[in-house]
Amino acid sequence: MNCAESAILLHALLDGELDAGHARDVEAHVAACPACAEKLKAFRAMREAMAETNLKQAAPAHLRSRIEAALPLPPSRVTAPSRFFQPSRRTFFGGFAVGTALSAALAASLVLTVVRNDQEQTIANEVVSAHIRSLQPGHLTDVETSDQHTVKPWFNGKLDVAPPVIDLTAQGFTLIGGRLDYIDGEPVASIVYRYRKHVINLFVAQRLGARHAGAKSETIQGYNVRHWSQEGLDFWAVSDVAADELDEFDQKIAAALGPGPAS
Amino acid sequence: MIGDAHDEHDRARRFRDAALPHLDDVFTLARYLLRNVTDAEDAVQECYLRALRHFDSYRGPAMKPWLLAILRNVCNAEFARRSKQESPADYCEEEPTEEEQPMWQEPQASPETVLLRQQDGDSIRRLVAALPQPFREVIVLREVNDLSYHEIAEVAGVPVGTVMSRLARARSMLRSAWNAAEGSTP
Repeated sequence: MNCAESAILLHALLDGELDAGHARDVEAHVAACPACAEKLKAFRAMREAMAETNLKQAAPAHLRSRIEAALPLPPSRVTAPSRFFQPSRRTFFGGFAVGTALSAALAASLVLTVVRNDQEQTIANEVVSAHIRSLQPGHLTDVETSDQHTVKPWFNGKLDVAPPVIDLTAQGFTLIGGRLDYIDGEPVASIVYRYRKHVINLFVAQRLGARHAGAKSETIQGYNVRHWSQEGLDFWAVSDVAADELDEFDQKIAAALGPGPAS
Repeated sequence: MIGDAHDEHDRARRFRDAALPHLDDVFTLARYLLRNVTDAEDAVQECYLRALRHFDSYRGPAMKPWLLAILRNVCNAEFARRSKQESPADYCEEEPTEEEQPMWQEPQASPETVLLRQQDGDSIRRLVAALPQPFREVIVLREVNDLSYHEIAEVAGVPVGTVMSRLARARSMLRSAWNAAEGSTP
């Protein structure tokens, strides 16, 4: 990270808009760069002063009643001509855009990887936390069995979906049990597998993160995370197995789910 | 009261419950963008009437950024109407025109100096109001309306990267103005 990047990203840091990794990068740069540290301090002080001051303007009472009086009218009455009515895309202060073009280009190149995609990133971080929690002694499974027909009914009444429980023992992924977990405040099923010495948590819920075509992989805190949607459910696989092994796991689950009815 | 009239009433009531709690936010943005109370009030009213018309197509997720985006369009139409004659700005009447004489380049001993040290709301408002567009807008959306970067990007119709660079620039301008008004150079 250089000072030009830091000059923009430190604001995202102040606003809590950076993901954990990039927040650490900015903090590391600031720790080593007195000039940027000074900036961060000054902007933080300014931001706090603004937060302490009420900069909001209360709408005048007569405006509130004017709007309230206008609201229940049917649309035909509402569309009375107003001098504000004509929309325009013309920018009044177009000239200022040029001045920021350079820094905008810089920021645009950064932002693709930097700013968290709110919901999706929160969930990705939470499934990793849940995975780490599950590795603590006694936390891995609520129901411990290699029998899929024991795991599946165990979830009955605990969730609003019946999560598919697939036994992949023959393919090297041993089913070792199930657990109820909470992600983003919602109960989700976690189906637990073991692959050699590694644990794989497969989180399943009706709606957990943004739907996109195909699977999405990332690495968070050294864990590989893979998210895909299938059969109206969201799947998040988390493990310390290699990324290609997690891909293989995903494909085997997907194949078992796809063509025939899931067991 | 059955049928269409009833539906219309029900719809208006739902709109009222969803949109009216954000009236202060909408009014605040209008005040900062238009810098004139009467125009701001007209713009806010127009914004709510437009929002009601489009309420059926509203699918969320958040009502506040949706309303602010509509308000912004209304204000842009007003800017187009004003064309080149910038009307007097009641936040910074002492300035001839905001573009020629930016307030933040003039360290002056004034009653403001004292007020600002006490972090007086009016002084900070004046400094924000003196920022040129689109920097004023991004500061207000972030610090006053409390929107996330993604929401600001939606409202302003620009990529998140542009929001970030504008915000960095806006805060730098504001900081210079702040320091100038306090009479101490950075």
